[in-house]
Amino acid sequence: MAAALRDVYGESLVKYGVPDEKVVVLDADLATSTKSVLFGNACPERFFDVGIAEADMVSMAAGFAASGFTPFINTFATFVASICAVSAKSLIAYSGLNVKLMGGNNGLTGGYDGSTHHGIDDINVMRGIPNMLVMSPSTPVMMDWMVKTLVQDHKGPAYVSVSRQGAGEVYEEGTSFTIGQAKTVREGTDATIIAYGLCVPRALQAAEKLAQEGINVRLVDMFTIKPIDRAAVISAAKETGAIITAEEHSVIGGVGTAVAEVLTEEGIAVPFKRVGIQDTFTQSGSYAQLVEIYGVGADGIAQAVRETVARK
Amino acid sequence: MKTLTRERSEELKALCHQFRVETIELLHKLQTGHTGGSLSECEILVTLYMECANITAENQDAPDRDRIILSKGHGAPMLYRCLAEKGFFPVEEMQTLRQVGSRLQGHPNMAKTPGVELSTGPLGMGLSAGNGMACANRLMGNEAYVYVILGDGELDEGTIWEAAMTASKFKNDRLIAIVDWNKVQLDGMSADVMPIGDLAGKWRSFGWNVLECDGHDVDSVYSTIETAKELLNGRPTVILANTIKGKGVSFMENTNKFHGKAITDDEYERAMKELEVLR
Ligand SMILES: Cc1ncc(C[n+]2csc(CCOP(=O)(O)OP(=O)(O)O)c2C)c(N)n1
Ligand SMILES: [Mg+2]
Repeated sequence: MAAALRDVYGESLVKYGVPDEKVVVLDADLATSTKSVLFGNACPERFFDVGIAEADMVSMAAGFAASGFTPFINTFATFVASICAVSAKSLIAYSGLNVKLMGGNNGLTGGYDGSTHHGIDDINVMRGIPNMLVMSPSTPVMMDWMVKTLVQDHKGPAYVSVSRQGAGEVYEEGTSFTIGQAKTVREGTDATIIAYGLCVPRALQAAEKLAQEGINVRLVDMFTIKPIDRAAVISAAKETGAIITAEEHSVIGGVGTAVAEVLTEEGIAVPFKRVGIQDTFTQSGSYAQLVEIYGVGADGIAQAVRETVARK
Repeated sequence: MKTLTRERSEELKALCHQFRVETIELLHKLQTGHTGGSLSECEILVTLYMECANITAENQDAPDRDRIILSKGHGAPMLYRCLAEKGFFPVEEMQTLRQVGSRLQGHPNMAKTPGVELSTGPLGMGLSAGNGMACANRLMGNEAYVYVILGDGELDEGTIWEAAMTASKFKNDRLIAIVDWNKVQLDGMSADVMPIGDLAGKWRSFGWNVLECDGHDVDSVYSTIETAKELLNGRPTVILANTIKGKGVSFMENTNKFHGKAITDDEYERAMKELEVLR
């Protein structure tokens, strides 16, 4: 079983957050699910569970930040992108406040709970807010780095879309990353998959399968969705001649949209396809089933690559 | 005060027992679904659907029917069981709960499931929708009632108190909120997660009539709802139903442990023994 990113998140929050006296952690009656409970157990005096009151939580975080603290707020991605959005925009990002908005159960990882609990529009909403850094980690190693960076280095508003699940590791322990710089996971010449989150390990599986068919794909982990690494998009298009984006998110407003914006502005026309939820409400089911149904698993990504390469 | 006949009371109790057993069997079999909150709302939903509310599969499109909103949408399994009993869909369909392609989504969707009056899941929205329905009824000249079932943790949401003011302002006296007051939410006991304080006093100060009942006694639930229906004094009414999260199975009671976790085989067998299904 691959480590679940939410568990890594909770542990990293303890590891880097507890020693830093400016870090405060807030939750809205989902601490046992988001795993912020681990911080709460380790450091109860800097942990604030406000009950089922997301709007209250996020504005309270703004107050903490305005007083020099580094608040991490925690609830499901779908609620950060909706109930918390007005404060994220007009209180936090507008003022450049140092609030870390952590959206758990992202993508389809809410599984059986169904559409109301899936987070497939969070990137779209948060990406539209000026000043907001938008990231989503793909593996445990990156999750750990991201928490460390948000605690120790990055100042300002940030949104992080966190999976409840895990799909395997693709990085060496201690790999370093840079905010805003995409990570090339695999080199290739025939096409590039630009992905984030659990679509990265799944795209790696797809790439390995495609290699056996003679299709050699590059895989780029676009863990910083905003600001997007334009250079990585441009070189991928120029060097491999076809782009497939893959995300457990609506094809509207996610990395697919962001990459399309870069390509169009640069006047680069290459075969291009967006793997993601095709502008539909999702449904209840096991996470594994939903990943297949909505085409965001290794098979769905591989098929999208075949179709796109065929158009070259 | 209106009361149930002895016979009817016994029938409803038997139905509640049956629904409890079936819910635990189903959620164990499927390994998903919210057990604690389904068991705590059982008598409230059964009494409302089977006795107090004017709702049938036949009048489901009638503009003057009563409405029941399960604002705590995670309690869907018990809601669906009641709807099946009322003939909105076959009882066998319960087996498709939370499965791919099912009309019975993890949280209720009014566009998919016959009998569901409002899509819920994100907490804190049902009472506002109830106000919309109550005001719509008044504009249409309907004397129908709107019932909204709220979780006690759900009362943490500020929107509940926005809606409480709205209901008073617009004198929605046919709006009846029922709080499934089980004193437990997701992360723990409500008193620890968010102390609600003087709950009756809060509602009263927002301009509501406040009644209280034993939420696991169908006679108490019935009489209290019937009393609420007759008040019609220009104020909305809230019923604080004292309940127990996980009611019916000792080790599921008064804990957040069975809020949403899958029931193990061992827990299932112990539960069935307590409910006297297995001996
Ligand atoms: C807006 C929103 N925030 C968080 C959740 C996650 N959630 C589902 S149930 C629940 C606890 C509900 O407690 P309560 O209202 O007391 O219900 P009950 O005890 O009857 O299950 C939480 C936090 C949600 N569904 N919606
Ligand atoms: Mg409760």
